[in-house]
Amino acid sequence: MAAYSRRDFLKGSLAAGAGVAALGFPALITAQSKEPIKVGVLHSLSGTMAISEVSLRDVVLMAVEEINAKGGVLGRKLQPVVVDPASNWDLFAEKAKQLLLQDKVAVTFGCWTSVSRKSVLPVFENNNGLLFYPVQYEGEECSRNVFYTGATPNQQLIPAAEYLMSKEGGGYKKFYLLGTDYVFPRTANKILRAYLLAKGIPKDSIEEEYTPFNHQDYQTIVGKIKRFAGGGSAAVLSTINGDSNVPFYKEFANQGLRSENAPIMAFSVAEDELRGMDTSALVGHLAAWNYYQSVDTPQNKRFVNAFKEYCARHNLPGGAKRVTDDPIEAAYFGVHVWKQAVEKAKSIEVDAVRKAVYGQEFLAPGGKIKMDEANHHTYKPVLIGEILKDGQFKVVSRSKGLVKAEPWSEYTSPDKGCDWVKHKGTYQKKA
Amino acid sequence: MPGLIAAVLVAWLIAPAVGHAAVPAPEVERALADLAGSDADRREAAVAVLGGTRDPKWLAFLAALRDGHVYARKESGPLQVVVAGARSTQGDREVVEIRSAHDGTPLGTVAVADLIEVPADRRLRIAIKPFLDANETREQLASPDPGVRTGAAVKLGRQADAGAAATVEAALAREPDAWVRHALAEALALIRLAHGDAATRVAAANALGALHSLDAVPALERLAADGAASASERAAAAAALKRIERWTFLTTALETAFQGASLASILLLMALGLAIVFGLMGVINMAHGELMALGAYTTFVVQNWFRAMWPGAFDAYFLVALPLSFLVAGAAGLVLERGVIRHLYGRPLETLLLTWGASLVIQQGLRLWFGAANVDVSSPRWLSGGVPVLVGLTLPYNRVFIIGLAAVSVAAMYALLFRSAAGLRIRAVTQNRSMSACLGVRAPLVDATTFALGAGLAGLAGCALTQIGNVGPSLGQNYIVDSFMVVVTGGVGKLAGTILAAAGIGGLNKGIEPALGAVFAKVAILIAVILFLQRRPAGLFATRGRNAEA
Repeated sequence: MAAYSRRDFLKGSLAAGAGVAALGFPALITAQSKEPIKVGVLHSLSGTMAISEVSLRDVVLMAVEEINAKGGVLGRKLQPVVVDPASNWDLFAEKAKQLLLQDKVAVTFGCWTSVSRKSVLPVFENNNGLLFYPVQYEGEECSRNVFYTGATPNQQLIPAAEYLMSKEGGGYKKFYLLGTDYVFPRTANKILRAYLLAKGIPKDSIEEEYTPFNHQDYQTIVGKIKRFAGGGSAAVLSTINGDSNVPFYKEFANQGLRSENAPIMAFSVAEDELRGMDTSALVGHLAAWNYYQSVDTPQNKRFVNAFKEYCARHNLPGGAKRVTDDPIEAAYFGVHVWKQAVEKAKSIEVDAVRKAVYGQEFLAPGGKIKMDEANHHTYKPVLIGEILKDGQFKVVSRSKGLVKAEPWSEYTSPDKGCDWVKHKGTYQKKA
Repeated sequence: MPGLIAAVLVAWLIAPAVGHAAVPAPEVERALADLAGSDADRREAAVAVLGGTRDPKWLAFLAALRDGHVYARKESGPLQVVVAGARSTQGDREVVEIRSAHDGTPLGTVAVADLIEVPADRRLRIAIKPFLDANETREQLASPDPGVRTGAAVKLGRQADAGAAATVEAALAREPDAWVRHALAEALALIRLAHGDAATRVAAANALGALHSLDAVPALERLAADGAASASERAAAAAALKRIERWTFLTTALETAFQGASLASILLLMALGLAIVFGLMGVINMAHGELMALGAYTTFVVQNWFRAMWPGAFDAYFLVALPLSFLVAGAAGLVLERGVIRHLYGRPLETLLLTWGASLVIQQGLRLWFGAANVDVSSPRWLSGGVPVLVGLTLPYNRVFIIGLAAVSVAAMYALLFRSAAGLRIRAVTQNRSMSACLGVRAPLVDATTFALGAGLAGLAGCALTQIGNVGPSLGQNYIVDSFMVVVTGGVGKLAGTILAAAGIGGLNKGIEPALGAVFAKVAILIAVILFLQRRPAGLFATRGRNAEA
């Protein structure tokens, strides 16, 4: 290990030497600028997470292709380096190391599950890499080397609960928090519970329950929900992971429950997951995201068509039947935000790019988004959607303007904040 | 303002037969002008006027307004309110097709920039909602689908709006379906409980008790604790609550019993083939799960055939898929046995590795052929939904069907093993392979057919599982552990042991899940099985007597 890092140090100083030399010889700079910029793509292409992550690799490569078609960045083409961490959390760290130290990528787009992100975090922090993470997550993180283009709890969980409690959303007063047993649902429900209690929902009107991964038998839970929802005004807040959703919704419908009895608000069901499902049992239930394929903007129409066309042209499975969804959009605009930041910084050097990302705006498919000035997260709109028979969503409520991301929820960690300009990341707020 | 809306609403609900109230055109004109203006109160009043017309045209307009498709256009003279249709891009301009708000006549395509959006803010959306909802509810009450009618009745009962009583009574009078009538009667009683005088409330409370209405519990609890209510009302509410509580206890117990039976039937179906193969040949078939996956994918393919070729007979696809998945998985089992396994008899570790390898090959083959993502298998109509047997107890058709399928499979296996000549030979080979071979039983043939039979049963289980779970390349892995658990607990090679173990594990799991949750129920089951096997390593029914293979 020691020898390894010394070799890296040597490599580093050689590179620095080359850089200094290059300053002296303008001819060398132009020669070097023809070299493509390497960008890493770190998504599982095999194993359990492949179902979701393959689409993110596809859209990142599409964005790279788009940028290259317009002449690249700073006159240099982008060269994607795709690796497969195979849904294996240790392999994620290993592959990240390979991207940073061996391939020397300028930026990496990757990860889906929180555990994979936590596993690569030290690698990016110790080697001063740059990661764009495109999935909604549980928050409570504030890394100098990561930009989060997905939603934080206050951009997804809280508005969804708020909507259900509002008159417009149905005025629900009892909540069944149901999730798969891992870090995102556990943290999400901790925040939701704190929020609901703060809004005056009594303790015995909140029920919390977890199921193992790949759980298929939802008989007991649906029976419980049925009794819980007696008297109306009960809603289910579901953080059930992709695979278990089909048996859950099927059982829900088969036991005679409908969205009138108790609507299910899902935080992990998007268009891409609905592709492999029989949607008839899901119609009328809700989801909370920051983007849907059905969002009616001209740039989204172009984006959806471009993605379908890209998948068909490259003979990817699904071809023109592919759909876009929230993480796909977030992965896509992440690439463009990075490109804009590089152009602003006129450099691909991580610290310069990092500072240039702050406050960067981009007209994303779902509407304009803005990178936060200090906390490495993204201002996004919040949309509540209702599931339609064709696996698409109808937007039933949207936030007024963009919502600022709060990596530390005000309901569970009111004393903490995240700021990389005035502070060094996570800091204690003064009372 | 909400008072005005409520008044309009009530008038509307009470008199469903009266034709569209004739709002004079100038009033509508003024409402449209108000909407395009900026005074929030007048805009809300305008919504009440338009909604009050009960005209489907204006209701559609309000829906468009809520969804943000309404714009105003200034074009020589007064403001014109238009509804936007499809958007597109022309060059760098964004254009949109517009229609007149009055009669829907197309007004051509204009640039979005030339239009002023009539925004539907939160307050306006809340004002619009009751009109659209009430309209929707009335449409739903007239729906041909009893499920939709029930849903509307449940909604009306929960809103407990005094004005809706007449609507519900009218619907009750013409309702043919007993369960929808039950829901409507419940809704009516809930409305009366909320709005009637003391005598009506006592009657309503009694009715709700008789209807075993779970939805009424919060209202009854409030009434029972209400100091202002008369003693007779409180007593009626308390009695009704007691009745509902007893009923809920009963239905919950029945429901748990059914759930246990359902889980047991699934476990049994999965483990049956494994038990036979394990018992007869001592082959630990790690590919059993993948044979299930083959059956599931066969169902998927058959479904797609029907969808493409006989869409009219789609519901029948499952009846074709059932035997076909048995045959496909059975054929795969035959190939596996004849091709490789027979060369390794008597070497359990090698067969274990071999079948595990075969499972990986099948799994990857499925992944290459069908893709890594799950595939969508729709339930035929006769397997979706459930049959309501009691108030608060609905038995899903798919689970009832699987219980039946498991029972039939077990009966058929029993008949085959204990009532036929072939079964006699299978049992003979199971008990003592070399002795039966000496007596003229063709042991290799018995091996091959039994293995194929076990594989076919796996395919059948896979086909049944498409109706309750996911279909993907890793389907087999999700079930294989449970299958082995049942076989080992039951005792190797004993049909009765497998049945009893499936029933025991299924029942125990569902019995403790309500108290401990799904995660701990699973843990508890594993601990129980380990403790049990400590006491009885050979399982529930140990094979007694001499065994040549031992």
